[in-house]
Amino acid sequence: MRLEDAARRAVEAAQAAGASDSEAWAEESTSRRVRVYAGEVESLSDAGGRGIGVRAFAGTRSGYAYGTDLTDDGVAELARAAREAAEVADEDEYEGLPERSGSSEVPGLASADFADWSTERVVELALAVDRAARSVPDVTQVENSVYSDAQGSVALANSRGFAASYGATQAWAYSSAFAGEGADLMTGMGVGMGRDPGELDPEAIGAEAGERARMLVGARQPESRRCPVVLDAFVAASFMGFVGAMLSADAVQRGRSLFAGREGDEVADPVLRLADDGTDPEGPSSAPFDGEGSPTGRTGLIEGGRLLGFLYDSRTARRAGRATTGNASRGSYRTPPSVGTTNLVVEGGELALEGLVAQAGDGLYVTEVAGLHSGVNPVSGTFSVGAAGILIENGRLARPVRELTIASDLVSMLKSVSAVGSEVRWVPFGGSVKAPPVLVSEMAVSGS
Amino acid sequence: VTLVDPELAARVLERALARGGDMAELYAESRRGFGVSLDDGRVERPQGGRERGACVRVVQGDSTYYGHVDGLAEEDLLRVAGSVSEAVRGDARRPAALSAIATGTRHEVAVPPEEVGAARKADLLRACDERARAAGPEVTQARIGYAESHRQVEIFGSDGRAAADDRTRIRLSAQVVARRDGRVETGTDTRGGHAGWELLEDDPGLVADEAARRALTLLDAVDAPTGRLPVVVGNGFGGVLLHEAVGHGLEADAVQKQASVYAGRLGEQLAPSFVTAYDDGSRPNAWGSEGVDDEGTPTRRTTVIEDGRLTSYLYDLLSSRKDGVESTGNGRRESFRHLPVPRMTNTFFAPGEATPEELIAGVERGLYAVSFGGGQVEPATGDFVFGVSEGYLIENGAVTAPVRGATLVGNGIEALRALDGIAGDLEIATGYCGKGGQTVPAGVGQPHVRIRELTVGGTAS
Repeated sequence: MRLEDAARRAVEAAQAAGASDSEAWAEESTSRRVRVYAGEVESLSDAGGRGIGVRAFAGTRSGYAYGTDLTDDGVAELARAAREAAEVADEDEYEGLPERSGSSEVPGLASADFADWSTERVVELALAVDRAARSVPDVTQVENSVYSDAQGSVALANSRGFAASYGATQAWAYSSAFAGEGADLMTGMGVGMGRDPGELDPEAIGAEAGERARMLVGARQPESRRCPVVLDAFVAASFMGFVGAMLSADAVQRGRSLFAGREGDEVADPVLRLADDGTDPEGPSSAPFDGEGSPTGRTGLIEGGRLLGFLYDSRTARRAGRATTGNASRGSYRTPPSVGTTNLVVEGGELALEGLVAQAGDGLYVTEVAGLHSGVNPVSGTFSVGAAGILIENGRLARPVRELTIASDLVSMLKSVSAVGSEVRWVPFGGSVKAPPVLVSEMAVSGS
Repeated sequence: VTLVDPELAARVLERALARGGDMAELYAESRRGFGVSLDDGRVERPQGGRERGACVRVVQGDSTYYGHVDGLAEEDLLRVAGSVSEAVRGDARRPAALSAIATGTRHEVAVPPEEVGAARKADLLRACDERARAAGPEVTQARIGYAESHRQVEIFGSDGRAAADDRTRIRLSAQVVARRDGRVETGTDTRGGHAGWELLEDDPGLVADEAARRALTLLDAVDAPTGRLPVVVGNGFGGVLLHEAVGHGLEADAVQKQASVYAGRLGEQLAPSFVTAYDDGSRPNAWGSEGVDDEGTPTRRTTVIEDGRLTSYLYDLLSSRKDGVESTGNGRRESFRHLPVPRMTNTFFAPGEATPEELIAGVERGLYAVSFGGGQVEPATGDFVFGVSEGYLIENGAVTAPVRGATLVGNGIEALRALDGIAGDLEIATGYCGKGGQTVPAGVGQPHVRIRELTVGGTAS
């Protein structure tokens, strides 16, 4: 393996530069992106890239350097830069490589069928998404339909003798449709993802974009009220992404999580079950090992209404006297590992969406939220975010609404989840989340 | 130092047009960055990076074909040009001879950050940490971040365009957490610019002071009111409202796709006659400033609203060609891995005549939104939402209790129309703007402004 070899060379160079321990993460990938507008290809790219990041330790201090030059000289220079950067850091007694490295079995990360998809075929797929969105009644325009994919390998090596690599493939498509006109114009998004383009259903993605826009046409600002709220899967996933970020042991240890000190406490209604799973074969963030070479796994987070625990990398685990959960995550070779979620999974319940809406009685079905990252206080969990959706009257979807906010705080919201839907889906918002629609028994809705 | 020899660039362009195309372009980039942070009382995560790469694009009609490659080796540049050309079906075209390299507006960098030792940067973080903690015993956590970047870019076009830019940016940020009883609040502040270390030589600890003051203020905050209220928006980062609610809708790609509420409205009186607004990528040393944009067009000041009338959209080369106008120098990209799209640089309301005190004094009951945690807009509808990170009640013309959890929701067109006062205290703050998966530094700014009525989504019942 060329990539594994580059990582090994970087580790040797870091050790030679005086590092007490070191680690290198190398990536190589090719990616394609097709953007369609008005039935034509607006842009098409085919690109390759590679890079490496080196983490070097000087005792309990660590430094990082990354670059795109994988030659002997290139990795040697990075290794020196990482070792030098470590001099700037303060001592941290918990810093260091994981005690044990290894890989989990995660089948199916790379699809063998991926290679059958020529650029011509994926262009066809993107065009089909676009056609499907435009054929939905009331859709006035499709802003764009995008297909993108990546096929890549990752290798990790460290000075304790661990070296491993894996390959993965991923394909996504989405479409953004407009329905209605003038001041009544509303937008809708459809998405799909899989390990290869064959797992995408272009008709369903396009239709979803169109339907989501169409159902909001004519939306008006509602009157303020407190009422039951059904969050659709997209919206539920976005909120769960926030909850997941606060279950990071790093956020907890630094006093930035409202869940600090609440292990074992009641934090949710028992119908809500949440886990982090880095080994789900369908999960976009699944991998055999995490960003520092610990095996990935499944970690229960909320079960029976109680908070079971947090997500750890080796540093936060050492500090807490626990074992790592395999949650050292990397955005790319450009960033050193830090604690993060892999795939958040919300277990599905019994009721279809109609059932949740019926149970809500009079309330609001939320299909869009905006401003989550500015509207949720990550420490206190209080939030007020912009939203659009459909009012629920007598257990049925009635009329569309916009220009409103929904407000609560995250724990109150989790505790007032009164039912979880059965239609679970992967959503690429707020990280990688698998979630169903969720009924919350009461939230503050502000309009006029 | 040049990244790509113009003679090689000419051959790359010729290869890119081997099967035709209206325009080919080579974009080459070399970037170095360094960052370090302090958290939990410890200096940590010192990290540096170096990347070089290039993007080749060929435009034919309304379609763009592109590829990018890591590194600037001759064979890689020629290979990517060849592979991009294969998407085009036509006869070879010869690129025009390249002009001399243009460099656009100069932004003076007195002390290049890479010439300052890493240890001094770590000491700066420690000094800020001390300042934040000195603000009071209720301060429990401070996170201070330092980041510098140095980007050199070169652009060569088949129309003969040749341009280069050298961009140094520096930014210091502070996030402070304060705690009282069960209550936890966060305050933030930043300072940054298209500038060197000199920007941080004048009392950088003020950034920590300000973040701490905000966190401590919020400990006394009451729940935000709910309903339609007059809102006075603070200067500096308050300009994110203009950026989101108006600016994105003026970007010509959205306009041309009729995906903007501002499409087809040039010349219309959208705001009261005392309102003027600019996008200005040439503003000296401002955060969103550049010498030339990422297509080689010199940056400039574009008046987007003049005396209340909509006067211009923001263009890159492709969208300007469609409208038969000149590019306004707004073709920006995150890196050589991305295509240029029309993006704001520094967008702000021109200063007016009033004072902030006068604006506040005219409100019987309303909200004073000093700063936002961020915001989002749907350009197609103009609907926006902003989280207020520092806000106060206004009662009988005076600022009273701080509020927490306030969110402003509204519509850009309606908010512009409802502007009823602008103060003279223009200030530009350092934002990061995301669009189509690309993040670029964008200056947001304004003087204090007053909006007659906006929907405030609060947490008070």
